[in-house]
Amino acid sequence: MSKKTEKLAKLRDQARQIRRYIVSMVGEAGSGHPGGSLSATDIVTALYFDVMRIDPQNPGWPDRDRFVLSKGHAAPVLYAALAERGFFPVEKLRTLRQLGSPLQGHPDMRKVPGVEMSTGSLGQGLSAANGMALAGKLDDRDYRVFVLLGDGEIEEGQVWEAAMAAAHYKLDNVTAFLDHNGLQIDGPTDVVMSAEPLADKWRAFGWEVQEIDGHDMEQILSALARARETRGKPSIIIARTVKGKGVSFMENEVNWHGTAPKPEQVEKALAEL
Amino acid sequence: MTKKIATREAYGAALVELGQKNPAVVVLDADLSKSTKTYDFSQKFSNRFFNIGIAEQNMMGTAAGLAAAGKIAFTSTFAVFATGRVYDQIRNSIAYPRLNVKIGATHAGLTVGEDGASHQSVEDIALMRCLPNMTVLVPADSVEARAAVLAAADIDGPVYIRLGRSEVPVLHDEANFNFVPGKAITLREGKDAAIIACGIMVSAALEAAEQLANQGVSVQVLDMHTIKPLDVEAVVEAARATGAVVTAEEHSIYGGLGGAVAEALVENYPVPMRRVGVRDTFGESGKPQELLEKYGLTASDLVRVVYEVLKRKGK
Ligand SMILES: Cc1ncc(C[n+]2csc(CCOP(=O)(O)OP(=O)(O)O)c2C)c(N)n1
Ligand SMILES: [Mg+2]
Repeated sequence: MSKKTEKLAKLRDQARQIRRYIVSMVGEAGSGHPGGSLSATDIVTALYFDVMRIDPQNPGWPDRDRFVLSKGHAAPVLYAALAERGFFPVEKLRTLRQLGSPLQGHPDMRKVPGVEMSTGSLGQGLSAANGMALAGKLDDRDYRVFVLLGDGEIEEGQVWEAAMAAAHYKLDNVTAFLDHNGLQIDGPTDVVMSAEPLADKWRAFGWEVQEIDGHDMEQILSALARARETRGKPSIIIARTVKGKGVSFMENEVNWHGTAPKPEQVEKALAEL
Repeated sequence: MTKKIATREAYGAALVELGQKNPAVVVLDADLSKSTKTYDFSQKFSNRFFNIGIAEQNMMGTAAGLAAAGKIAFTSTFAVFATGRVYDQIRNSIAYPRLNVKIGATHAGLTVGEDGASHQSVEDIALMRCLPNMTVLVPADSVEARAAVLAAADIDGPVYIRLGRSEVPVLHDEANFNFVPGKAITLREGKDAAIIACGIMVSAALEAAEQLANQGVSVQVLDMHTIKPLDVEAVVEAARATGAVVTAEEHSIYGGLGGAVAEALVENYPVPMRRVGVRDTFGESGKPQELLEKYGLTASDLVRVVYEVLKRKGK
């Protein structure tokens, strides 16, 4: 195996492991959001296990790269990645959503090392990412800021205020991912409120746009590499994804947005993963 | 004649002062820098000033991100847009994560004047006061406004600073002024009743106390510049010493200073009390002074209400 093939295989395996944690922890919690966590898993894995400059021993390191989970309901994927990366023990994952646990239903930056922004109210993460990016430029630090948006989330007006501002301030240290799984809560995004044409909109707002398969590790890495080279404007990677990816009975099923699997469903899912 | 200066003027000057002292201070505005007075800062420290355009939600969120990366971020717009328009952004991106964002809200209250009710925020204190982690400051004059801005920068966490458009008398002596957030300032001692006031109503309270003194009524005046955390000790002490309390604010009688003082007294030391403020109504266009008269926010209104509360105390 070439080095590259080896790396890709390792990342895919890591993503599989994270999906297992997502299913188990949401199952154990008895509530939570598996669909949008599973659709974002490959993206989050690529960031935390290959791309981002981070040090789990030093979560406050000023030069670290930042990741803002704007679609905060996908907390399980972030928690699993942080735990696997060593920010806190993986055993903690079992406490998701329980009284007294740092693992709140939506991420709390004051409770969990590695969480860069408290999110949960949709539409706010890109603004925060912009602020971090502006601070980086001001301080002459070369850290990068990554942000993950949902394709339903971008119906929020604040997202477009922030999109405008990121281009205006030439925030080439910002890279956004759009988790384009085509579903929100009340149904398909095209039916509830279409934001199409997506790529044209972001381009018109002054962004460098790439469109990829959000489950193809190689495409994710090469898109991130290209985003890194982009100068003078922010980048967005529109990642075509499948909500519930990896668990056959959850895939493309709108009802698995915010429903926890029952114990036998957890078992069935783990057998597939 | 006492000198008159708008608190927003002092805000702008204090930001420049802070900018010189502390490189971590950044300022954001939403296309109102000439009105909010952040303009001077924008000229002196252009790299640390961010005009976010007419996009207040994004301004609050961007400030949160700047604060998360170590900056002390001052955001500025009119009070009405700095609170209600962005309530969820303040709640979820600033107050809940306890980020170091300061909200310099100018043009608060009826004294915005001619722009009318759409621009006259009379509910902002209530909105900010019920947010956990939020400190709420309402300076009475330019001296106090400067001190409040400097103090806000030293507080590790979100602070709401309520500022006015119109010029107000300078009450405090810059040279010997000691501002401690959460500690009320006694401006006048008295034994018959206490007026607890904030913002522009502090000068009205002093005027009322003077008139009442001429009529043989001795009134204590407290400048309650911090609505949260409220100086409960000072409130209770005033109630104990005088047995009758009147609050005065350029804000709704619901949820602001009057609400806070009423809560403190009911739980600790109930005495007859009256609230002077905007009585559950929106404002309207007019000259600031005309509006204060129409909505019952003048020194003579305070005199009348002090007599009312004294009557109840006598019973
Ligand atoms: C401001 C706000 N409005 C509504 C919600 C409730 N909500 C949570 S997730 C969601 C749908 C999100 O859809 P999308 O962004 O496509 O997320 P994904 O499909 O990736 O899970 C909604 C409406 C919220 N969290 N925040
Ligand atoms: Mg979606």
